[in-house]
Amino acid sequence: MSNSDPTSFLNRCRRSRSFLIGGVMTGFLLLCAAISLFWTPGSAYDIVIPDRFLPPSAEHWLGTDQFGRDIVSMLMTGTQNSIAVAVVAVSIGLIIGVSLGLLAAAKRGWTEEFIMRISDFSFAFPAILSAIMITAILGPGGVNSILAIGLYNIPVFARLTRGSANAIWAREFVLAARAAGKGKFRITFEHILPNVLSIIIVQATILFAIAILAEAALSYLGLGTQPPHPSWGRMLNEAQSLIFLDPWQAVFPGLAIATAVFGLNLLGDGLRDVLDPRLSRKR
Amino acid sequence: MSIFIAKRLLTLIATLIGASMVIFLVMEILPGDPALVILGVEATDEMVAALTKELGLDRPAPERYWTWISGLLQGEMGTSYAYKVPVWELVEGALWITIPLAIMSIILSIILALIIGLYAAAHHNKAGDVALMGFSQLGISVPNFWLALLLILLFSIQLRWFPAGGFPGWNEGFFVCIVALLLPAISLATVVGAILARITRSSVLEVYREDYVRTARSKGLSQRATLWLHVLRNALIPVLTVTGIQFSALLTGTVVVENVFHIPGLGSLVLKAINNRDTIVVENVVLLLATMVIMTNFVVDILYAVVDPRLKAHDI
Amino acid sequence: MTLLDVQDLTITLATAEGPARAVRDLSFSLERGETLGIVGESGCGKSMTALALMSLLPERSNTEGKILLESEDLLRFSEKDLCNIRGNRMAMIFQEPMTSLNPVHTIGHQVMEPLRLHKGLDKDAAHAEALRLLDRVGIPNPKARIRNYPHQLSGGQRQRVMIALALSCGPDILIADEPTTALDVTIQDQILELIQNLVSEDGMALILISHDLGVISENTDKVLVMYGGSAVETGRTDKIFGELTHPYTLGLFAAMPKLGMGRNARLATIPGVVPDLMNLPAGCTFFDRCPLASDHCRDASPPVHVLNPDHAVACHNIDDARGKKSEELYL
Repeated sequence: MSNSDPTSFLNRCRRSRSFLIGGVMTGFLLLCAAISLFWTPGSAYDIVIPDRFLPPSAEHWLGTDQFGRDIVSMLMTGTQNSIAVAVVAVSIGLIIGVSLGLLAAAKRGWTEEFIMRISDFSFAFPAILSAIMITAILGPGGVNSILAIGLYNIPVFARLTRGSANAIWAREFVLAARAAGKGKFRITFEHILPNVLSIIIVQATILFAIAILAEAALSYLGLGTQPPHPSWGRMLNEAQSLIFLDPWQAVFPGLAIATAVFGLNLLGDGLRDVLDPRLSRKR
Repeated sequence: MSIFIAKRLLTLIATLIGASMVIFLVMEILPGDPALVILGVEATDEMVAALTKELGLDRPAPERYWTWISGLLQGEMGTSYAYKVPVWELVEGALWITIPLAIMSIILSIILALIIGLYAAAHHNKAGDVALMGFSQLGISVPNFWLALLLILLFSIQLRWFPAGGFPGWNEGFFVCIVALLLPAISLATVVGAILARITRSSVLEVYREDYVRTARSKGLSQRATLWLHVLRNALIPVLTVTGIQFSALLTGTVVVENVFHIPGLGSLVLKAINNRDTIVVENVVLLLATMVIMTNFVVDILYAVVDPRLKAHDI
Repeated sequence: MTLLDVQDLTITLATAEGPARAVRDLSFSLERGETLGIVGESGCGKSMTALALMSLLPERSNTEGKILLESEDLLRFSEKDLCNIRGNRMAMIFQEPMTSLNPVHTIGHQVMEPLRLHKGLDKDAAHAEALRLLDRVGIPNPKARIRNYPHQLSGGQRQRVMIALALSCGPDILIADEPTTALDVTIQDQILELIQNLVSEDGMALILISHDLGVISENTDKVLVMYGGSAVETGRTDKIFGELTHPYTLGLFAAMPKLGMGRNARLATIPGVVPDLMNLPAGCTFFDRCPLASDHCRDASPPVHVLNPDHAVACHNIDDARGKKSEELYL
């Protein structure tokens, strides 16, 4: 396996432009979130009415909003929210979905059939739709939007894992392991999981981007993160009613979302090149 | 072919039943009493009990599920808790906006995808290709509701070419309605079009490497004729798959974008219903949207068989 | 007038690692009704030559020299004029019948396409002609088969369809690039015989490309042995097989299974691999694998020795090579 050769792995990292640019952009995103935990240039929460609608200045780099809150600070703090929602939602999908996929591939038979048919149904409910259903009953809120996006991610991971795992189960080295008397559980963790991991990592990166988009959409609709926590989607929602007064407020949060998603998508593409050169050739 | 369609039809019905059960169960399992919601916190226990009986919520779940489904089959969706009018009346008006919007968007995105994808494939690795693929990567990353806001900023506020929102109603004339739906359709089609353009490009490039393309050229077909008669139909097969998947993303996208433009479609309806705790409307609209997604996948399956004769043979 | 006259054909491919010379200074000619065999290992430039004749080389390539079809140079033709030649006056059969037919069109549609394009036949006339052609290439029950898709046919039948398609407009020249390599051994002879019969019935010229010396010896009037992009031995088939001379040709012969060899006999092989087209040696391209190689083979291109009007060999050590038997050079 060429994957295990560290020098060629690093070389591929260095050569993949998508990986480098996407990595830097994602790194910047994480950095913003980390810094905002203990420092922001202004306050993302304090309402200072005399300071409302200030133009960009040395003190307020992108100006202030209708309540006098500092926009850069709100954007930076919003990064935390987006990342937190995406991490939890993707983790839910990852842990449950990958387990179900591995189980389906290991057990086959009606277990597999059952898991796959259930995931077929859930494909009729994209993230926003399931979020609407869940918030209709539980009420809007950050946690509920995480739950909705996470639920949507489960069948995506389950299908991908099961498909790739089935291919590995058919390989000779797995047959050899079975012939040596190893149990299905042990084979799954020793042989199947390590071999499907790279494809899962790539998918997780892309779903991370989709989760950020979905969270922003839900918050924009008022179904996601609730005030006063700054979130990019909510900022856009508030900006829309002020679009005649202060059009720039509608630009920056969207730019932040687009940058984050663009970086993650590039990183996903790059990871595909880096982790599995065979996959990238197909595209 | 008829066996193939019959098989797919059975799957379609099974999926629809499954989806309706999922929706019913979710509404059932999750906490929240509609009667309490309608009457508010000051309601006495007697009032709640009376309304529960009136709404039929005291009957067992399988019976209520059956009442809902058999009602649906007769075009009955029950009565809205909030507006006290038949749900179908609310839904019907909204459908006439959401479906045209979705169709406009998917047509726009397919046109966009074919033009960009074919151009990029024809100029493989040249400046035009690299620039277009860069743009499409950007297009995929842009949230559709933000794009909608930017379009409003540019075309409605700065240039004043289009209305900033609202929908005049179909009796005001076909043209004004199409104009009103144009900006929403563009904001939905950009993202989906960008995804489809990338698929189209890579798919066309892949087919160009096939032996039968060389055969077509060796017959004396020109580059252009080869593209239209031999490459495109084969290249469309993966594009079709992704279009099917993207249509569901597009439908849910309408929910968001309708709210940006204040268009009274299904998306606005469902959001208002959530704010009013009008669960019966939510339940029916979600089922309707899910049905549209399932139906799209069914149509895509059938189209597959039309485009790719190998599939037909496989299933018979 | 000579039907096809190729003069100093040189093909350079642009690759990621730099230009690769796939064919160098290749010249040959072909008369109406004549059959030419081009033989050599894979990577020697046979297929490139065939594609160059059809002007179907990849875009990132450069072709020099002359390809004269009845004294008109195809390399100077516009793309539009070339489209009128392809499938009409020159047609080609490819190696892979499994992938050479478009999976989404019926075989009838694909056979009718050149008829409608070049002969201007209407749908009914083209359909009738396609039926006749399918019958002629030995497709059983063509009336039913004409509506079939490629995946419903076996490999041998698909190759018959490819032949019908190539012959549809009655070309002057048919190019068959390894037409039987991908087929079962039992079907190979049938297909070759079919091609042979159809070519002689219609009086067309055939260029048969193969790596198999046996196929070439049985089916051709003239032979061109290629190695590393250039011709090493040319001439009339009977003359060449009467006196195999070039060390490479001898090697090909030694590597061929012969009747009555006995099952334990080892086939001889030519040591080494085909040369890297990126770094061809200055002299003879066969230099590093040749059992007779001497120092000047490396430095200078081999001269062409005309043994008799119908047999020419490009080799420095022609006197050593002449009269050697293949088993003396290769073991």
